[in-house]
Amino acid sequence: MLIKQRPSWVLPESEVTPKSIYLNRRKFMTGAIGAAASLTVPGLLHANDASSGLKALDYRSATEYSTDEKKTPLDDVTAYNNFYEFGTGKGDPAKYAGEMSVDPWSVEVEGECERPGRYALEDLLKPHDYEERIYRLRCVEAWSMVIPWVGVPLADVIKQLQPNSRAKYVYFETLHDPKQMRGQRSLFSTVEWPYREGLRMDEAMNELAFLAVGLYGETLPNQNGAPIRLVVPWKYGFKSIKSIVRIRFAEEQPKTSWEMLAPNEYGFYANVNPEVDHPRWSQKQERRLPSGILRPNWIETTKFNGYEEQVAHLYKGMDLAKYY
Amino acid sequence: MAAITKRVMAGVAAKVMVFCLALVPLALLISDILTGSVGPDPGQAITERLGLTAFQILLLTLLITPLKKLTGWSGWLRYRRMLGLFVFFYASLHILAFLQLLLGWGDLWATFTKRPYLVMGAAAFVLMLPLALTSTKGMMRRLGRGWKPLHRLIYPAAGLVWVHFLWQARSDITEMVVYGVVLFVLLGLRVYWSGLSSLIPLRRG
Ligand code: HEM
Repeated sequence: MLIKQRPSWVLPESEVTPKSIYLNRRKFMTGAIGAAASLTVPGLLHANDASSGLKALDYRSATEYSTDEKKTPLDDVTAYNNFYEFGTGKGDPAKYAGEMSVDPWSVEVEGECERPGRYALEDLLKPHDYEERIYRLRCVEAWSMVIPWVGVPLADVIKQLQPNSRAKYVYFETLHDPKQMRGQRSLFSTVEWPYREGLRMDEAMNELAFLAVGLYGETLPNQNGAPIRLVVPWKYGFKSIKSIVRIRFAEEQPKTSWEMLAPNEYGFYANVNPEVDHPRWSQKQERRLPSGILRPNWIETTKFNGYEEQVAHLYKGMDLAKYY
Repeated sequence: MAAITKRVMAGVAAKVMVFCLALVPLALLISDILTGSVGPDPGQAITERLGLTAFQILLLTLLITPLKKLTGWSGWLRYRRMLGLFVFFYASLHILAFLQLLLGWGDLWATFTKRPYLVMGAAAFVLMLPLALTSTKGMMRRLGRGWKPLHRLIYPAAGLVWVHFLWQARSDITEMVVYGVVLFVLLGLRVYWSGLSSLIPLRRG
């Protein structure tokens, strides 16, 4: 029963380190109980998707790209999310993302490239080895986390799809399916679905841009953007689009969701920048989560979220107050 | 005599019950804090919950007059002052939580000048201050006919709180719309029954 819920696109069983090694006892117990319960109570199956359908991944540690800052605990990373497709409360995605089915999953590749087409996720990922990168994630709402992602460099996947010379931008889309995503059924949502994001080609090819399929050594929980999501750590979190179903290579700069919604508050670039405030709050500092109960855990926000060395050259000569 | 005492007792019991009910949101919040279930950003969560409770009780307070009108029972009025003071209580906790748990007494000036929706909240609180201070029997007596026009300040205060709430929205405004409709109906009923002038504070008539 449990096996069935696991996405099939992850590595074949033989290449994967036995899951039992990764599982701590508590998780093993809930997994077992979940499996037993789902045998008897069909309704419970959904509720368990997000937490017990996860599978251990095989990867190497890319320490050269990793911070040694204290990681945000797994429980917090999976309980506190912005994923408006499932509601605007921070706890909504953990509650409702189990209603989304991520297996099978395919990604439509289109636009200015030599290899367009509909890719089963496993085919898109097959040529690549997984690595783990511990990145800072800075939300535009002035909180941040440190998360160990598992995935592949975006540049490797882009090379595989062979964009042509007209491809100046990469555009991404999240799944749009109101039946599975209750936030998309909301009457007063001001987001025009599907959720859209984009990068300039040189940003997308930067060594830091990453396609994550897992975190903390296992496949992504649904609320974190399963089965595949973008991670661009020098930009505000909303650029790191979740549950990707479409990749388009474009000549023109694509319209992105938050820019469409409030262009004076959110720009296409959305680079982390303590010098450019959000119109409704300051971006000089951030609360590193978990924050204290009695005292908030404020730390200084750094330019490009501390990745200035790797990405500052992309924006040479650009007025970042204008192109925020 | 016995009948009167019984009624008084029932009245007191009802008041105690309302008092306890109004403390339930605080009790739940404290229990969530103690069991560590407020999440990884407790300051934000606690601030939001206290603010929302204050607003909810504020709407309950505004429901009293319509209830009286609709049921013909003026007993509802007995709970209005207590509820009003609970609004002030939760709003004060909300602001304290914001300052201590969320902001950590950081740059107050920048905080308020950068975030106009906070100014709305602060303005609402400033309007509530005189209401809390003049809620005692003694003050009511002293203000006489001036008490009621003064306490109509709760209407603009409620509007400001709603703006404070709406202005924070990043995308989905369902919750704000729902609260807005409730507030609109509560104020609209007054206009319907007593005319627009019945909403204007500080003016006798
Ligand atoms: C100096 C005065 C006030 C300050 C500084 C303040 C601050 C805040 C802050 C920081 C938030 C969270 C917003 C965010 O997510 O960024 C908030 C939310 C809120 N506040 Fe206030 N506030 C004030 C007064 C009030 C008053 C007087 C009320 C009501 C009686 C109120 C009701 C609310 C409500 C309903 C929310 C929304 C809670 C939610 O998101 O569910 N606030 N306030």
